[in-house]
This record gives sequence, structure tokens and C-alpha cells, in this order.
Amino acid sequence: MTDSSNNSQGDGARAGIDVSSPIRVLVAKLGLDGHDRGAKVVARILRDAGMEVVYTGLYKSPNDVVSAAIQEDVDVIGVSLLSGSHLPLFQELGRCLREKKAEHIFVVAGGVIPEHDYAALSDSGVDAIVPQEARSDLIVTTIRKLIAERGRI
Amino acid sequence: MTLFSAQAIDDIREKQVEWEENELAAALQSRPEEKPVYETECGIALKRIYTAADIAGIPASDLGFPGAYPFTRGAYPTMYRGRPWTIRQVAGFGNPEATNQRYKYMIQTGQTGLSTDFDLPTLLGLDSDDPMAFGEVGRVGVAIDTVDDIDRLFDGIDLEKISVSLTINPSAWVIYAMFVAAAEKRGYDLHKLTGTLQADPLKEYVAQKEWIYPVRPAVRLLRDLIMHSAKTTPKLNPISLSGYHLSDVGGNALQEIAFIMAFTIAYCEEVIDAGMDIDDFAPRLSFFFISHQDFFEQICKFRAARRVYAKIMSEQFHARKPESMRLRVHVQTAAMSLTKVEHHNNLMRTAIQALGAVLGGCQSMHTNGLDEAFAIPTEEAMKLAIRTQQIIRDEINVTSVIDPLGGSYFVERLTRDMENEIWKVLDEVKERGGAIKLVEEGWFQQKLADSAYATFKKIDSGEKISVGVNRHVDDTSGSAEVHIHPYDDQCTQLQIERLNAVRANRDNGRVQQLLGELAEQARSDDINLLPKTIELVKARATLGEICSALRDVWGSYAEPMIV
Repeated sequence: MTDSSNNSQGDGARAGIDVSSPIRVLVAKLGLDGHDRGAKVVARILRDAGMEVVYTGLYKSPNDVVSAAIQEDVDVIGVSLLSGSHLPLFQELGRCLREKKAEHIFVVAGGVIPEHDYAALSDSGVDAIVPQEARSDLIVTTIRKLIAERGRI
Repeated sequence: MTLFSAQAIDDIREKQVEWEENELAAALQSRPEEKPVYETECGIALKRIYTAADIAGIPASDLGFPGAYPFTRGAYPTMYRGRPWTIRQVAGFGNPEATNQRYKYMIQTGQTGLSTDFDLPTLLGLDSDDPMAFGEVGRVGVAIDTVDDIDRLFDGIDLEKISVSLTINPSAWVIYAMFVAAAEKRGYDLHKLTGTLQADPLKEYVAQKEWIYPVRPAVRLLRDLIMHSAKTTPKLNPISLSGYHLSDVGGNALQEIAFIMAFTIAYCEEVIDAGMDIDDFAPRLSFFFISHQDFFEQICKFRAARRVYAKIMSEQFHARKPESMRLRVHVQTAAMSLTKVEHHNNLMRTAIQALGAVLGGCQSMHTNGLDEAFAIPTEEAMKLAIRTQQIIRDEINVTSVIDPLGGSYFVERLTRDMENEIWKVLDEVKERGGAIKLVEEGWFQQKLADSAYATFKKIDSGEKISVGVNRHVDDTSGSAEVHIHPYDDQCTQLQIERLNAVRANRDNGRVQQLLGELAEQARSDDINLLPKTIELVKARATLGEICSALRDVWGSYAEPMIV
């Protein structure tokens, strides 16, 4: 794997955007799931890695999350879900992103998500899924890689 | 009176110095120890060996005898000889009928108590047709909208014979009302109903994060529930003070016990302020702790918790009945310790944690399913979990002697160290203005988030080992496809149809009138809301309608943004 931070610079320059600004991430909780340990840990990890992080707090509908993502002008929405309702909620999140013409915002999923749901989540517009046992490195590189490969919009 | 004579202790100290200078020094010379520092998970320093000198200062009265103050050695005089712990596996999913079927399967497998998980809309006081319930109905627990659903949930189960634990929190007072109404309808003697509601609001705001109203009205609802239950259903525990969730959200063993004791103190003060005598409700306070990975720390945690609780009830609240000072605990093994990678390893993790809970003296236990890191457990996983408890209970002879580790120099020292640390936290909470104020300020939340982050970094660095994840990983270490519990897509529709039918067939004018009366009562702090709520559920008001009526009075909780 190439060094993603270098890639990011190159792609950013090509897309003609300000590459010096840090990656912006909205860490979100969807639906009624109250498990926020993981979301808060991830928020700190991304912050430690130099990203700008906004946390939604609990009990957000897909529509709330998309509105917040647009308002905060983030590159990535990172959703942590442990309630088993990931399929309907990510489907609705994808629909809201399309409806608000915000499909350029990457969606990364984490939490308790069985492998056999990965394909369906991908169809709903989830760009990457971070497995449960992921360590800091994987969480950070997953986001950097998404942005490096496409550039920022 | 201490446990040893001063002369014996002097002798041991002298001998230990000799041993350190000779045998130990030589061993360290030829092979250094693997780590520079040894400590428990919560950071208490561990010596390489403990002797009588380490417990010379502990008075014999702090150990006492099982079933007697300060209960260090156990809650009851005969412990498992008289009554084994209750095998109480929690279950709940889909419509009430689906969970009812699982209950019957588990009773047949040898489970001795029931425990209900509710879905998120039910926990948060929303009906199944509420827009926020989208995608969540019957998912992580059973969906309950009306008293009829409670009736369906326990169909064919004799509630006078089996105890029922209800894992319900912000909407607990409504579920209690439904439980009582359903039991009355079946003609049960309410004085014979046994079981437990979780109903621990402060731990919700800091850990499990299910809430409806601001903190103070939520505590008032608990106060009303405790006071009503003490008279109406005297054998039911109206609260399970849940350290489990404090651990689940990142807290260590000391935080688990210290914070939950701080909450216990706050609740007792509320009920006493409302005019009830401590001995009239304290015997029905119950507890729920985790059994986590650090084996001896966990065993000592249970022992220290019993002693601290007994002292709080006796010294601070001047309880007179021994039952008011006896900490009874349901234990669940640590879901956080389970991994998707090589998930069969979870069986071993759970078995060891369960053994720790038994050596620590639990009264009831849930062992996690090996597939818990994937989804809610399958029937097969639940059967293995029940078998794990049965093997510990029936095959390995750990139940014949009470508190078999009592008297171990190490166990007694660590129990004392943990107790001392718990008192320090309790003093700090008191100095800072008490638990309710600190929950509102986010003080506990910040401590727990910091602890969760520290634990995550320890796994990152490899300092905390997770076998198959960051240690002993080989080419075949991976997560398998497991058969997981299926979700019933029809579940939501059925709940919605039933709600529509209820609303079409009841006296809506009466429901509206009662809802208005409930809201009016809520405006005053000194009326118990339970009688009106029981009237409401009997009139077929829905859970969502009742919770919403009070939201109009009290507003919703706004979470402090702590990351």
C-alpha cells in the first residue's frame, strides 16, 4: 500500500482544493442505539491523527445526520452501530445523501456488523466497513485511503 | 481483634527478608521477571507474594461470616449449599410471542429464572409506530406497546412460581404498571410476585445511554416506583443498581463499584426524603455487576462491594435490619471481552469469568453466548451458555464451601485495597456535591470515556492482550461465518396492526382524560405517579402515549457533549 498522505496531496492538488486543511469527519450515532463507547473512542483517535471531528451525540435519524454532515462540510460520515438495525438505517442514510445531493460525502460503518451484511451495506452507499477488532491504525488509514484514492470534493 | 499475633507477623517479616536476600535474589539474577510492574486491570499494584503480614491490620470483624455483617464472605449463611445461584439468561426479540417461545425453550434446558430484554423503542418510551422506531422494532429485544403485549410475553408461564427480571429503564414505571395489571388480570397474588426491574436511571445517563427526561424527574420516577413496589409487590426488586454498564462503557472495577455506590446513596436519600424508612425499602435494592477478565480482581471486587454496601447502609443510613445491608447481585460475564475473531475462544473466556462470579458469591448469573460479538445469541449459543453454568454448578465441586478463597493473603489484601479506593471515590463525590449533580455535569461520563480510551490504547500497544486479535495470531486466525439469529421482518407490521386495533377499540375519551390527570400529577413532586399509570395501562393507553404525556411536562434530556 502506498503512503496515503502523499497520495492525498497529489489528488487534492489535481482536484484544485485546499490540501492543507485537515480531513473533516462527522462521527455519528444513528437511530436509538445508545452504545457510544466506540464512537467516542474513534472520535478521539481521529482527532489524535490530526483530523477535525464533530460528534453528533445520540439518537439521530438518518436525515439529522445528513443535514449535520452538510452543515459541517465534512469529508466523511463515520457511523457506529451496535443495535443490529444497520441495514434499514444505512439504506435510509444513503437515500437522504442522494436526495440532498451529498453523495460525495464518504460513509464509513463500524460497530457490530456481521460479514454477511457487508454486500448489502455497500449497495446502500457505505464506502468502507471497519471491523470490530480494528485498531487505531486501520481506522485512520481507512479514512485517509478513501480520500486519497478519489481526492476531496 | 486482628487475625494473627504480633509475634507471628514479626517472624514472617523476618523470614521474608531472608528469602528476598537469598532465594529470590538468586532467581532474579539468573532470570529477570517478564514485566517491570505487575498490577490489576484497575491499576492496583501487585506484589509477587502475599503473606500474613499483608493482612495483619485487617480486623477479623471485617471478614465476619456469610450472611452476617459486613457480608464480606457471602450474602447468605449457607450460600450455594442452601440454594444455587439462579441461571438467568436474558432473552428478548421480535413480537412477544417469539420471546415467549424462547423462554419456554430455555426453561426446558434448565434455566431457573427469566430475564427480558426490550427493544430500543420500548426502552425509550416510544410506540412501535413512532417515526424514531424505524428499523428498531423487536431488534435487540422484545417490542412492548400495551398491557396485552406483556400478557402475551408471559403466556403459559406461572409468574407466582418463576422470578422475572425486566431489563427496563427510563420507561420502567410503565412496564411495571403493565406487569402488575397483567398479573392482577390473571388472578395472581401480587405479594407472591418475584423478580427485578433494572430501573437504574443515573447509570443510564452515564453509561447505557437510554433516557427520556432530564435527570431529576427520572430519579423521581424511580423513587415513586420503589415506594409503590414496597407496598404493592413487596417481593419484587424495583431496582437493579447496574455497575455492569459502567464497565461496559469503559469503567474499571473500582469505577464500577464506586460509582454505583454513589448512585445507591443518591437514591436512598431521595426515598428517605420522601418519608420512607430505610428498612422499609433497602432490603429490595438489588445489584448487577460484570464478571470481567482480571480473575482475582473481579472476585475481590464482589467481596469489597458487599462490605462497602453493608457499611454505607449501617453507618450512613442507620439501617437496623440485616437484609437492608445485604448486597445481592446478579452477574453477567463480559460482553466486551468477546471477539469475532476465533469466536470459539469466547466459550473459554465466558467459562472463566463465570467461575469468578461463583467464587465471588453471585446470586444469579447470565453467561454470554459465544456469538454475542455478531448478533443476539442463537438457541444453540444460549444452550452452551446454560451448560457452562451447569458444569460449574454440578461437576467441579466449587459450591460445597462458602467463600473458598476467603483467608487467602492475596484475596484479603486486594479486597481491602479495593475497598479503600472505593471509599476515596465516594468521599470525592460527596465533596463535589453528590451523584445527581455530577451526572448533570458530566463528571462520571468524562471519567468513563477517559478510561475507555485508555483501555483502547492499551490494546493498540499490545499491553492488554486479546488472544487471536493482538497476540497468538496465525494464518488461520480470522472470523468465521456463523449462523446468526434471524430478524423477523414482519415484526414491526404486526405491532403496528395491534396498536391500531387497540386505539380503535378502547374508550379514547377516558384515555385522554387519564393522560391529562397524569400530567397534572407530575407537576407536583409529592404525588406518586404509579397508581394513575396503572389505571392508564388498564384503560389500554400505550407505552408511547404515557411517556409522551410526561415529556410534555418535563421536557427531554439534553446530553452534555463529552468525547
